Amino acid sequence: MSELSRRQALMAVGATVTAAPRLAVARIAIVDATLHRAGHPPLEHSVVVLAGERIVQIAERADFTQTSSDRVIDGTGKILTAGLVDPLTRIGVAEIDLEDGSHDDALVTKNAMRAAFAVADGYNPASALIAVARREGLTSVGVTPTGGLVMGQSAWADLIGDTPEQALAQKSLALHVLLDDPTLGDSGLNRASALYRLRALLEDARTYRNNRAGYHRAANSEVGVGKRDLEVVVRALEGKLRVVVHVDRAADILNVLALAKDNGLALVLASVAEGWKVRDALADADVPCIVYPLDDGPRNFTALGAREDNAAMLHAAGVTIALATGESHNARKLRQEAGNAVRAGLPWPAALDAVTDAPARIFGLDATHGSPTVGRLANLALWTDDPFELSSRVQALFIRGREVSLRTRQTVLFERHR
Amino acid sequence: MNVRAFVTEATRAGLAVALACGCVPDNVAFGPARSAADAAAPTLLTKVEVADAPWRTEALEQHPASIDGAPAIIFRGARLLVGDGTEIPVGHVVVVRGRITAVGEGPGEAPAGARVLDVSGKTITPGLIDTHSHMGVFPMPAAAAHRDGNEMTASTTAAVRAIDAVWAHDPAFQRALAGGTTTVQVLPGSANLIGGRATTLKLVPSNTAEGMHFKGAPDGLKMACGENPKRVYGNRTQAPMTRMGNLAGQRTAFLAAKKLIAQWEQFRVTELQRQTQHRDATQRFAAETKDRETKRAACAQKTARARDCRQWEASFAKESPKPPEPLEPRLPPDRDLGAETLAAAIEGRVLVHVHCYRADDMTRMMALADEMAFSIRSFHHALDAYKIRDVLAKRRISVSTWADWWGFKLEAWDGIPENLALIHASGGIPILHTDSDEGVRRMNQEASKAMWSGRHAGLGITDAEAIRWVTMNPAWALGIDAWVGSLAVGKDADLVVWDRDPFSVYAHAERVFVDGLERHQRGAPGRPRSDFEATP
Repeated sequence: MSELSRRQALMAVGATVTAAPRLAVARIAIVDATLHRAGHPPLEHSVVVLAGERIVQIAERADFTQTSSDRVIDGTGKILTAGLVDPLTRIGVAEIDLEDGSHDDALVTKNAMRAAFAVADGYNPASALIAVARREGLTSVGVTPTGGLVMGQSAWADLIGDTPEQALAQKSLALHVLLDDPTLGDSGLNRASALYRLRALLEDARTYRNNRAGYHRAANSEVGVGKRDLEVVVRALEGKLRVVVHVDRAADILNVLALAKDNGLALVLASVAEGWKVRDALADADVPCIVYPLDDGPRNFTALGAREDNAAMLHAAGVTIALATGESHNARKLRQEAGNAVRAGLPWPAALDAVTDAPARIFGLDATHGSPTVGRLANLALWTDDPFELSSRVQALFIRGREVSLRTRQTVLFERHR
Repeated sequence: MNVRAFVTEATRAGLAVALACGCVPDNVAFGPARSAADAAAPTLLTKVEVADAPWRTEALEQHPASIDGAPAIIFRGARLLVGDGTEIPVGHVVVVRGRITAVGEGPGEAPAGARVLDVSGKTITPGLIDTHSHMGVFPMPAAAAHRDGNEMTASTTAAVRAIDAVWAHDPAFQRALAGGTTTVQVLPGSANLIGGRATTLKLVPSNTAEGMHFKGAPDGLKMACGENPKRVYGNRTQAPMTRMGNLAGQRTAFLAAKKLIAQWEQFRVTELQRQTQHRDATQRFAAETKDRETKRAACAQKTARARDCRQWEASFAKESPKPPEPLEPRLPPDRDLGAETLAAAIEGRVLVHVHCYRADDMTRMMALADEMAFSIRSFHHALDAYKIRDVLAKRRISVSTWADWWGFKLEAWDGIPENLALIHASGGIPILHTDSDEGVRRMNQEASKAMWSGRHAGLGITDAEAIRWVTMNPAWALGIDAWVGSLAVGKDADLVVWDRDPFSVYAHAERVFVDGLERHQRGAPGRPRSDFEATP
């Protein structure tokens, strides 16, 4: 294995990445910005030094000694944060929703059980959506599968790189399950039916784990899944693969909490429109929730209690929350949506955490990703002002230590037609 | 002589609707009410009257000049974003009986008994207006039973009307109002080439769409070009399957409307001739009868010469003494609700709104409009509008679009965030629309994004200009700018008090007034308003 490919392989598992030793690594120093980090007070006149892919120093201006080779970026009057993360997108796997040939976000099958499907297989680092998301401060996204009851495995993509290997920090991020609005997927199931089948799947996986050699699909599997799917479910049963359940109704949330507890699943909940109703149970179970901040009003019969202060109430109850747009082309709206969460009562620092550090913690990538910390990858956004405010914009964006272009296909179109 | 006298049983059925409201003058148009002098014009009994085409005699409710029971209020101390492109840094607004009676700088003068609202440090804007909503026809919650916005049984359904489907208890309405939106146009969906009639509503609580209807607002006509119709029907192997089929379908529909217009013109001419002939014959008969009686009397009284009397009596004997029989009236053309709607669009009584994304699709629609002689009031979505903004500005076609939607289908691939700002810069008519029950709750934010995208690209836009995109410009597109869209004396007191700069993501619509009545107050108890959300 070459040094390069070994590094890429290490990068793919994220947490264990160590920078390859190099001579004369170029350094970038972002100086005099106000640095906002989860769990810290704002640091005015900060200096953040990037070397290679990582943050190597965070200091006050007075404690910084510039070296001659440093590239200095003036952040005076600016705000520096981690790059934003939307954990629930289809960026890289869905180019144009209504053109079937342009997306790779679902396993083409009638079977509702698709645990072995990894959406990473379809990730296209040349997608036009990537630059559009970057321009509004996103540096990483969760890439999620769609369709079915067990939809498959999501991936974590950093919005940089020429190959999937370079972009994907985690190819098997979590197993996604839809226990939600049946119109969103093609599982064709109601909640009770979904829970029934899910339990059956977990039973099958347990049977399989206990006797892999003796397992026969026809004889042992109620839901008719094969060994490749079961291997993935076994990882979930062993707590090695997180399970994201998309669910809204309060009663269903409680059922899923019980299911996860009974089966030892590392559970993450998504959507969670009525989470506020059972926030104490969520806090007690220490289950993180990914919330859509604009979800308000009875959009369907499983989300009759959806309200805009859901994120605020969950946070106040002690639940770890991340925010998501649920969009791909407009995942760039994440900062506006975070602003709306603040408008609805979520404290500003909690909102920043929810779009930067919390997604990394929730998915176990906090060794490399999240709030700016020495040793982590340098995924940073320099803003003209409050990142959630509509008047602000990204001044500079860094992903894995590299300053990336803010040009998009759209800026080119503007220039052509202005 | 009234046309009613000539209507036989056979024709009465056909003319029933046309004549249902004899009070409606045939020259009624949308817009401000006719002057009192017009209304009082005496009817000339000798004038021949002919039934008008049904689409020209549709009753339009008058827009009320005042609202009974609406209190007098003076708002003081706020920044006023007027809606007409201007701004008053610290001003006052006076509202009496639901109408704005004064707007200006400084504290202003409070009418006797007026409620004084100190709104210092806040911003007042006109109520926001959305040209593109499906609230009520695709209401919350999403359910099979709630799919009332797309009559996907034929590609051309000009006869259907959104108001017939609007569910006034859609929980989305109150949420839109709480975001500062006071007026929306609810359209049929875009599955069809011609989707039907749109209706304009005020977001006031009501059990019925009629109770929400913006009195006096003209209907809109919803048309769609591009991918949607050809996908919906093409997938069924029906027409249209291509953009060619789209245009053929639309041309065919408008030709039917033009034919109906021609039939009505022909009917009116022949009716006019028939009635004129009968009137003339009756008058002639009356004159002859009178003449005869005069002559007979003269002969009887021996005041006429005997030789004349002999001649007259000979001619009296030859002429029939019977009065003229009216000729059988012709039947008016058959009713055709769809063609009548399109005819109204051609005559400008129904305003045309076209869902269109690509520049070339919009150009085809303009060619269709030229061919069929109708005006397009607004292109909706119009993501490519920036590419042909000079043409759109010259033709006074407004552009209703989003701040940042793009890419969900191929015809939406070239959307850019500077679209509205470029329309603005070129002298066109930019409008921020939502097409979303989520977006309509934060039109201020959406306008802000579009404004800032323009500013960051070097296009200078003031706050006062950008607020037009969600107030005066949509009011114009909906034909209601005489009544709403700006803080102007005489207009409806539809206004929003924002707790801070409305272009901030953190801004709340603190108080929302419609017709001078406070319909939303932030934090006040009373939600929910929809019966659907009633809970034990």
